[in-house]
Amino acid sequence: MKKKGLNGDQVFKAANSVLLLVVCLIMLYPMFYVLGHSLMSDVERASNPLRLVPRALDLSGYRFVLFSGTSIGTAYKITILRTAAGTLFNVAVTALLAYPLSRKYYPGRKALTKIVVFTMWFSGGMIPTFLLIKTLKLTNNFWVYILPGLVNPFNLIILRNFFMQLPPSLEESAKLDGANDFVVFTRIVLPLSKASIATIALFYAVTHWNSWYDSMLYVGDKSLWSLQYVLKQIISSASVTNMATASTVLENIPPAETVKMATIVVSTIPILCVYPFLQKYFVKGVLVGSIKE
Amino acid sequence: MKPQHKKKERVRQRMKPQGLTAKRKKPGGGYFRKYAFLHLMVLPGLIYFLVFKYTPMYGLIIAFKNYRGAAGGLQGIFQADWVGLDNFITFFKSVYFTRVLRNTLLISFYRIIFMFPAPVLLALMINEIGNRHAKKTVQTITYMPYFLSWVVVAGLMNILLSPTSGPINAILEKIGLEPIYFMGDSRYFRSMLVISEIWKNIGYSSIVYLAAISTIDQEQFEAARVDGANRLQQIRYITLPAISGIVAVMLILSVGRILDDNFEQILNMYSPAVYEVSDVFETYIYRSGIVDGNFSYTAAVGLFKSFIALLLIWGTDRVTKKLGSDGLF
Repeated sequence: MKKKGLNGDQVFKAANSVLLLVVCLIMLYPMFYVLGHSLMSDVERASNPLRLVPRALDLSGYRFVLFSGTSIGTAYKITILRTAAGTLFNVAVTALLAYPLSRKYYPGRKALTKIVVFTMWFSGGMIPTFLLIKTLKLTNNFWVYILPGLVNPFNLIILRNFFMQLPPSLEESAKLDGANDFVVFTRIVLPLSKASIATIALFYAVTHWNSWYDSMLYVGDKSLWSLQYVLKQIISSASVTNMATASTVLENIPPAETVKMATIVVSTIPILCVYPFLQKYFVKGVLVGSIKE
Repeated sequence: MKPQHKKKERVRQRMKPQGLTAKRKKPGGGYFRKYAFLHLMVLPGLIYFLVFKYTPMYGLIIAFKNYRGAAGGLQGIFQADWVGLDNFITFFKSVYFTRVLRNTLLISFYRIIFMFPAPVLLALMINEIGNRHAKKTVQTITYMPYFLSWVVVAGLMNILLSPTSGPINAILEKIGLEPIYFMGDSRYFRSMLVISEIWKNIGYSSIVYLAAISTIDQEQFEAARVDGANRLQQIRYITLPAISGIVAVMLILSVGRILDDNFEQILNMYSPAVYEVSDVFETYIYRSGIVDGNFSYTAAVGLFKSFIALLLIWGTDRVTKKLGSDGLF
């Protein structure tokens, strides 16, 4: 106890590290638990519910989910399609709107910003939106995944804030050379904004990948259901009824728990594999988005 | 903004285009042509907001009507009879009014009390890590659950907390306790909501605070160290005051948005056994409106909810302005 201050800080540091380690374990445990148990036989799981690593690999859950004609395959296709097409439309329309909103000289800027910001705080709500979607004949229609969420106001503001930070000199010199606003936007502004575009594209893509709510509300046709909604069906139905009634193709139907866990893994793996590589973009987006005006 | 200001601004705006056209060669028509490309760029987005955001707001008149055509869309609204405030009165008189209002307020209150400070604490802890790689790893791991959908998180909770096969109850049994059905017991359900939300969002929400901490001048810490301040004292007297501004802003934002955020979570986690303690406005609107087809009635419930939300936002905005910040708008 000679160097009191140093000692105290060392204790503090050690305690902090231990606590953070615990936090990380809590974050990872559920994911590893489900991964491990999705690969276990029912007998092994029942014998020791605390076990994480399977003694013998049992792939029946995955075989059932991926290769026995369950709705997962179709849902996967729908979700990939909506994520790709949806994100493309999202980014295009958002960027097109964000650019004029970022130009101080554009006369409609203030009124348009108000129109957008108001929707962040007030909305018609579930029922009128539901009736609108019905009126537009978007129910049981793939476009219901793309149109109703076309522009997210928060993402729009992120992009607008970024465009506002670009030096005006580049734009001015291009305009002196006779370029119009659209040319300036596509040739100068967009190439300079790749990172920000990537950020909002990531936000939109994650939203598409994780969405289930629109399938539940607007799509009765099972072949159009998105992945997360099918997953929701499996999670809730498996606990109530036997999976055997859902699919009689296979003779050896794996236990419901195994199917649940395999489906969770299958529907989550893509996003968790992609995310660490895109982490820096989305951290940046959160920061730009939190700066107001 | 006061009405007088508005008037002045309107006059100013009206004068602006005239001033511009006077300078240009072709008066009239040129105003639109000058910004033609920008107008065209705005068009798709503007149409989107008008159709998908503002039309439903207009559709809210259904709350004051008696709409019955389950098959009809918006057109049916115009044919329906006006009933004044009947739908609202029905709601206020029903048992659901107190249940839904109590649950919404209680769950919101718990979220502010428990959910809000957690990411601030995490940011402070992450900032104390010396090793850069360790820091990055902790960040990557804690942000990760944010990318899972509520369907998956609810699935994980159900699996981990299962009274028959879950590991948590297996541990309880080992210590000699009775298994607890956390997700289906109204005594525990609200805590499960808070815990799962903290698990999912703590990392993501800490990003803003970490960034604020990283902008603090390092010399301040060095000076404090020379004066003999330990790490805790440095956090108490340098870091916390430095991020208090952003913490206040985030608190206000989260109070303003508190009513909309957890609908997807509850809809995935709850079950009839816990409706009593978990039913909030949106879940009730979904069941009674979309599932049972009481469109007019639930539109009224939704409008009432939006009204409360607006009041909350307006109130927090006033408070921020009083405190000297520039408000939310």
